[in-house]
Amino acid sequence: MSIATTVHGEHPAEHYPGGLLRWLTTTNHKDIGTMYLLFSLVMFFVGGLMILLVRAELFQPGLQLMKPEFFNQLIGVHALVMIFAALMPAATGFANWMIPLMIGAPDMALPRLNNWGFWLLPPAATLLTLPFVLALFGVGDGAIATGWTFYAPLSVQGGLGVDFAILAVHILGISSIMGSINIIVTIFNMRAPGMTMMKLPLFAWGWLITAFLLIATLPVLAGAVTMLLTDRHFGTHFFDAAGGGDPILFQHLFWFFGHPEVYILLLPVWGLMPHVLATFSRKPTYGYTAQVYGFIAIGLLSVIVWAHHFFTVGMPVPALIYFMFSTMAISVPLAVLFFCWIATMWKGSMTFETPMLFAVGFIVLFGIAGLTGLVLADVAADAQYHHSYFVVAHFHYALFAGGIMGVMTGVYYWLPKWTGHMYSERLGKLHFWLTVVSFNLTFIPQFFLGLAGMPRRIPDYALQFAEFNAISTVGAFILGISQLLFAWNIWSCVRGGPKAEARAWEGAEGLEWELSSPPPHHSWETQPVVK
Amino acid sequence: MEQARPAPLDHSRLIRRLLVLLAAAFAFAFALVPLYNVLCDATGFNGRTGNGRSGFGVGGLAGSNVPAPRVDTGRRVRVEFTGTVMPGLPWDMRPLTVDLDIHPGELQQVSYLVRNTSNRPVTGQAVPSVTPGQAAQHFEKIECFCFEQQTLGPGEAREMPLAFIVKPEVDRDITHITLSYAFFSIEGQRQTLTRGDTD
Repeated sequence: MSIATTVHGEHPAEHYPGGLLRWLTTTNHKDIGTMYLLFSLVMFFVGGLMILLVRAELFQPGLQLMKPEFFNQLIGVHALVMIFAALMPAATGFANWMIPLMIGAPDMALPRLNNWGFWLLPPAATLLTLPFVLALFGVGDGAIATGWTFYAPLSVQGGLGVDFAILAVHILGISSIMGSINIIVTIFNMRAPGMTMMKLPLFAWGWLITAFLLIATLPVLAGAVTMLLTDRHFGTHFFDAAGGGDPILFQHLFWFFGHPEVYILLLPVWGLMPHVLATFSRKPTYGYTAQVYGFIAIGLLSVIVWAHHFFTVGMPVPALIYFMFSTMAISVPLAVLFFCWIATMWKGSMTFETPMLFAVGFIVLFGIAGLTGLVLADVAADAQYHHSYFVVAHFHYALFAGGIMGVMTGVYYWLPKWTGHMYSERLGKLHFWLTVVSFNLTFIPQFFLGLAGMPRRIPDYALQFAEFNAISTVGAFILGISQLLFAWNIWSCVRGGPKAEARAWEGAEGLEWELSSPPPHHSWETQPVVK
Repeated sequence: MEQARPAPLDHSRLIRRLLVLLAAAFAFAFALVPLYNVLCDATGFNGRTGNGRSGFGVGGLAGSNVPAPRVDTGRRVRVEFTGTVMPGLPWDMRPLTVDLDIHPGELQQVSYLVRNTSNRPVTGQAVPSVTPGQAAQHFEKIECFCFEQQTLGPGEAREMPLAFIVKPEVDRDITHITLSYAFFSIEGQRQTLTRGDTD
């Protein structure tokens, strides 16, 4: 097999088709990165809108706005959209834009594959959400209503929304795998002369581990949903107890992918944090080597802890104890990362521009995610917290505060590099404070609700939960509406603003800041030499 | 622009290796299906009951391996019985004994009352599960209506017997065991039920 490599040397001037055709056919890593990021932003609002409907329903006890079936569809599709169509494409967009700039490569290694990887996403997102529209016209009974986890036997019995979601997950998976292969090949083969693996920027390291995790675990999810599909339509009994199968097997297969998926979403963010912290502390990154080994350790541990997601299905005690301790062991390398991040800031000349605010907010809130995760990893305590709102609050601290606020950190940090303009610092700071306050307003009450025993994924609740749910809904709406500031700030930054210098931030280090802002359409045609 | 650019790299070797990893991961998902069955039989993971054979022990009696009685009169275990009729089977079932205090090692017999509520003959298959999982491998069914498919005529009710031993090796921490049956309809092509049961 031979894969065509970049042909940019043949184009001395910027030379590409204009209009829509440019975006359909582009193989340029910056164009594709931009498309990934815009797609992610759009889907962030789509997924957000779904969950605001859910929060509106939960504002008061009783059923006011929707039927339980529709509620079930909203929560599952919200999660699938946010994970597969918002967070993962955002991280891939970062990788496309920044990895070639950071490692001194002229483009990604496999530009055509890159284009294909992006253009699979819109059809997949359409497949995921189309059943909502079809139901309006009386076709089928709406989108997948099993929650994002597809648990059998519910998913075996579900309506056509499940089939749509299975196919969407297949396509999203293929797209992610292609992106991962591209990133690994780029990092291994296209680094500038002199850039050894231990001089690789931490963002690239984080993505490298993510890419390997994706290749090792996404096929397992693809296999599991394929079995689900054949169970539904072709008479197999992988998950059908009546046919000698086992529904619990599905949970093992799903979480064998699902737990590494958490780190797949977070490792790119952990990789970019040290860059931001070092820049605004005006100090070199503390503990580069420790962080690299921390990433690797977390990547390895993440594939052997999956069963802590279903401690309550009935496992032998030795298995429970194994999964409990292996899960808790992840906190060791994670603590190493936290201490490195804090030590990077220690005694630095810190300033608090928007990216730094988001980075510090990330450290505090993601720390809460980690600590509440330790509670859930405790087998004895988990029997109480399992499937409660405590879990919901915990993973939103991990994936909103850890994932999405991490992505926002990166967006504010690199926006001047991408657009050549500075965004509005005043709006950015307002966005940060509104986000962080309303986020906590939304999710702190959910910890209490969970401790008090409110189950997740239920559209109605007992009267004693009313106050906390009302507070949570108010918080969620402020959180949702303040994200419009984010979109507006990005939009006005793209349109214009104060000119950004090549080194947009005073303390920024790295190859990407050697190029002009915005970088030329073809960059690093002559590779820099790293000493 | 004719600068000293390195010759275009050949990425195909690395890509091939990554594709092998990809294929291995996909194959691993399907390999997990038999591996999981082996694991369940070995550990009682997931409530599979031990009766000397793999799988659910469907079909035929396991009469030849009745263990010598070795009763542990030093302690008692409460065994609770429950059952569910799955959608698609027009039956109802209830245990005639709801719970039973036994000494580990004692041979016990209980039965379920199962009734066909429709006006046509229907065949069903019961699938057992034992909770907690670590007791499952020490829960030995000597005779069980779940060993075979059961056919009930229109409106017929039948007592379905079950003989079992909780082996004395069962963990001392275990004081309660629940035996639960799910009765499934056999209409259609549920032939895989009898796999591996030629004895």
